[in-house]
Amino acid sequence: MPHSHDPIARLDGVIKRYGRLTALDGADLQLHRGELLALLGPNGAGKTTAIGLLLGLIRADAGTVELFGRDPQRIEARRRIGVMLQNAELPPTLRVGELLRLTASYYPAPRALAESAELAGVTDLLGRPYAKLSGGQQRRVQFALALCGRPELLFLDEPTVGMDIEARQKLWVAVRQLLAEGCAVLLTTHYLEEAEALADRVCVMSRGRMIHEGTVEELRARVALKRVRCFSTLSADTVRGWPEVSEVHRENERLHIAAAEAETVVRRLLDADSQLRELEVQRAGLAEAFTELTRDADQAAAATQREAA
Amino acid sequence: METVISVARPIPTIDMPRSRMLGAYLEEARSECLRYMRAPGFMLPIMLFPAMFYLLFGVLMAKSSGADATRYLLASYGVFGVMSPGLFGFGVSLALERDGGLLTFKRALPVPPGAYLLGKMLMAMVAADGVILLLLAMALSLGHVTLSPFQAGALLLTGMLGVLPFCALGMFVGTLIKGQGAPGMLQLVYLPMSFMSGLWIPLSMLPQFLQQIAPVWPSYHLDMLALAAVGVNKGPLLGHVLVLVGFAAAFLLIAARRLRRHG
Repeated sequence: MPHSHDPIARLDGVIKRYGRLTALDGADLQLHRGELLALLGPNGAGKTTAIGLLLGLIRADAGTVELFGRDPQRIEARRRIGVMLQNAELPPTLRVGELLRLTASYYPAPRALAESAELAGVTDLLGRPYAKLSGGQQRRVQFALALCGRPELLFLDEPTVGMDIEARQKLWVAVRQLLAEGCAVLLTTHYLEEAEALADRVCVMSRGRMIHEGTVEELRARVALKRVRCFSTLSADTVRGWPEVSEVHRENERLHIAAAEAETVVRRLLDADSQLRELEVQRAGLAEAFTELTRDADQAAAATQREAA
Repeated sequence: METVISVARPIPTIDMPRSRMLGAYLEEARSECLRYMRAPGFMLPIMLFPAMFYLLFGVLMAKSSGADATRYLLASYGVFGVMSPGLFGFGVSLALERDGGLLTFKRALPVPPGAYLLGKMLMAMVAADGVILLLLAMALSLGHVTLSPFQAGALLLTGMLGVLPFCALGMFVGTLIKGQGAPGMLQLVYLPMSFMSGLWIPLSMLPQFLQQIAPVWPSYHLDMLALAAVGVNKGPLLGHVLVLVGFAAAFLLIAARRLRRHG
């Protein structure tokens, strides 16, 4: 998909401190038109601070923060975004339809109420007071509020927390539909399968910095390990003795093997056990890649601290 | 769709038509009124508390002193009553909404400037006149006070506009303290200030020192206006109006600045 060269949201060398704590330490981020960027990182990595800056909720101590080429605190910039925050207690006595009507009134060219409701799957809730909804339903309403202004950029901060699997997948469908319309999305999530299902690009944060940025494939490729699973009579100890194998464990009949070169291991397995069944080979998931990346970053940080001390 | 978008920065904005802008202000005010009308548990005590005070001290206790005392106390308890929706209706709801994340959400959204605060202000003005109407009803029926329609109207107007400086003060406190701490802090402002402005007991009966510092309190100046509305105070009013306007503007500016920057 063609992108313009100017990013619609940008952090450039941003530093943000809260007292002695440095939440962002030279953070860089660029988001382009029509793409979905997933911002990942352990708790305290600085994701919420990065989003707060882009929404104009807080101001940076140093560096540049831009939304559509402007200061995010300018209302003109924010008229082009939709927002779903992690925790916002909306007025409990207002009905869903009233909340949608109010939020849509802030935008120059919003969607029709029925269209927003349909997209977010809240059509049957329009007449209900917000406080009477379940947690998952409230999240869906918040999603409806985020998309009702026909935004060019949608901020989704942990959008599917508290949703059941079905609701989560419906939200993913809606997000894909928005992306198809050309809307860009900045997503933060703890569910890596969510990033895997939706993201064009992934940006991993740790300790206030971006430590990796690229496609989901690139991130997974950084982890060389592959997973081999099979039903076999071979003992875990035997397999552990093979040089190519880095990790083995057994669950009932099933062997779980992690190895850098899966092909060699598979060949040896088949030679050693002619009864072997249900062989599966998988590349490491985003979860493993993510864990490894952030662990490396933690170790590097610890090493720097030791040197300093 | 293969469209290449070329943009020069800053990326041009879509203009918000003026009619939609006005619509947003109206929607905000409407929502604010709706949500509190549906939850009377918040506003009703705020309005009934001063009304009960007037009934006890202004009507029942003052019966022996005659209708003039009741008339005097109608004005000063009216001011006491008007302060309550300003300080609590405005300040406490703001403090709670800062705590609950609603304010953060509103700040992230393109809410037109001040629409959120104007909605709350309107709500406080309606509640303030609700208090005055309650007091008027008690004064005219139980207290045998006679007021011309013009005087009653002037008192209502004083209450409606007089709530604004206290909205500003409530808002300021609401930006300093989050959530459940705000009501207690506001009581510490509300009750002593009312007493020292002569709202419960006429100023002339208070110690000399309190009489001298009374002009420091905005409620003193509003009391002077309310007394004029019911025909007790015949002195000049412009000075009191200016003090109240200045007080409201100062606190509004400080609070709005804090909200915009820190939320």
